[in-house]
Amino acid sequence: MIRIKCPICGLRNETEFTYGEDANVNRPSMDEQGVQPWVDFVFNRDNPRGWHKEYWHHVQGCRQWVVLERNTLTHEIGNCELARDAKLPPSQASEAAE
Amino acid sequence: MSKYSAFSVFRHALSGNKSWGRAWRDPEPKASYDVVIVGGGGHGLATAYYLAKEHGITNVAVVEKGWLGGGNTGRNTTIVRSNYMMPGNTMFYERSMKLWENLSQDLNYNVMISQRGQYNLCHSPGQMDAARRRGNIMRANGIDADLFDRAEVKRRLPYLDYSDNARFPIHGAIYQSRAGTARHDAVAWGFARGADQRGVDILQQREVTGYLWEGGKIAGVQTSRGDIRAKKVALCVAGHSGHLAQMAGLRLPVETHCLQAYVTEPYKPLVDTVISFGAAHFYLSQSDKGGLVLGGDLDMYNSYAQRGGLPIVKHTLASAKALMPSVSRLKLLRHWAGVMDMSMDGSPFITKTPVDGLYLNGGWCYGGFKATPASGWCFAHTIATDTPHEDNAEFTLDRFERGYQIDEKGVGPKPNAH
Ligand SMILES: Cc1cc2nc3c(=O)[nH]c(=O)nc-3n(C[C@H](O)[C@H](O)[C@H](O)COP(=O)(O)OP(=O)(O)OC[C@H]3O[C@@H](n4cnc5c(N)ncnc54)[C@H](O)[C@@H]3O)c2cc1C
Ligand SMILES: [Zn+2]
Repeated sequence: MIRIKCPICGLRNETEFTYGEDANVNRPSMDEQGVQPWVDFVFNRDNPRGWHKEYWHHVQGCRQWVVLERNTLTHEIGNCELARDAKLPPSQASEAAE
Repeated sequence: MSKYSAFSVFRHALSGNKSWGRAWRDPEPKASYDVVIVGGGGHGLATAYYLAKEHGITNVAVVEKGWLGGGNTGRNTTIVRSNYMMPGNTMFYERSMKLWENLSQDLNYNVMISQRGQYNLCHSPGQMDAARRRGNIMRANGIDADLFDRAEVKRRLPYLDYSDNARFPIHGAIYQSRAGTARHDAVAWGFARGADQRGVDILQQREVTGYLWEGGKIAGVQTSRGDIRAKKVALCVAGHSGHLAQMAGLRLPVETHCLQAYVTEPYKPLVDTVISFGAAHFYLSQSDKGGLVLGGDLDMYNSYAQRGGLPIVKHTLASAKALMPSVSRLKLLRHWAGVMDMSMDGSPFITKTPVDGLYLNGGWCYGGFKATPASGWCFAHTIATDTPHEDNAEFTLDRFERGYQIDEKGVGPKPNAH
């Protein structure tokens, strides 16, 4: 069982959360005309073997989206913060705050 | 190397089974090869076998970081079927099924293919319609499929829950009679022996840690035990596809996720077929040793850990009980996990990559065991001729930018949803 320290609710079981997705994908700006940046955003992933920043939704708690640092090789848990506070690529942070 | 036969079993029995030879050599690597295959799972070994057998390319090495079949090949629930309906998938998986049907004879190695049939249960009129559509597409392509109503499913599988309390009432099922199971280890070992007999070097306990480059082109691999030069490098590393692609500067439409499997204590013969639940992601069969083999959902979060968490164990066993209440009396003996190469549309890659000299076989999600023979066959064709065979022509990396995803489930670019 993964235990996630929600900034609002404290230490909670993984079963209260829903996994969202990789929080590192960088959304192109809306006036981006090229195909490749959109393909990279929608489909291609770093898929790291090690530390990973990812979205989780505390559905059965405060219902906030959080950004969790987790090691994909060891399942070690790192920092957890509210998505709206997380330092992510700029266009994405504004998305999450909407 | 000797041929296995009933006679050889008898002869070796007389000498106390002390004189069996090795099934494959343990050679020192040569300085260079025509093709180096990274990953000694079923797909890598099958690729080596068909490169030698179909294309006469025998100056080949398979480089494996652990032991043969220690990855997903040795961790899967061994279901073999060809009930795919998307163009690009249908005939590829049917090629695989046809290769399975003759694989033991071809390899002179018993892969224990058992065509015990597979049921996909339907729990709503909508699911029955979808099953009818899938079955019609299969039959239009010459693949066997049957649609059964509730009464017929009850006659054939009387031990499922047909009571008024059933959480998900069974409306019927789509059935493929040629589907079934095979022995996972034997598949790796049979292909390894066949490849070795034709001159392929199988190099175990040797991790690939990077590539050799020459003028922007890949010229070999760096390993934990020295460099090996190669004209072509072919990746068959399943859950590690992203990791090895990244070393070559590529980002793939793949995420690595963990999938668990479960075996109960042995029981008397009870389930003589393969049953997939239609209401949750769950399926079961019974192994020859008697254990019920259960499979369920991914753990859902990215993972390279080869071990899963308990919430999914509970979820899977709840599905088992909803489908077949009597299993609740059985004890779980073992469970384990493998790391899956989950692609963005749920379909695989057998293709050249944008990096010169690098070929990719991956993105198998949790359905790549059944693909093993055709995957090796098509990948060998792609490597040998530098063009895809028509059966793997759609399994390219550029299908995403062209808008030609092969999404059997129609769930979109969510790797953990396929
Ligand atoms: C629990 C579970 C259940 C499944 N059930 C089914 C099923 O019922 N039916 C079905 O069709 N499919 C199923 N699958 C999927 C199937 O097992 C895989 O798709 C298939 O076996 C993949 O074969 P492979 O040869 O590509 O990979 P693997 O067998 O994983 O082989 C890849 C090899 O690459 C090696 N490797 C990795 N990195 C390196 C490196 N750097 N250097 C050298 N070697 C390296 C690994 O050690 C490994 O041996 C299941 C998988 C799991 C985990
Ligand atoms: Zn919370």
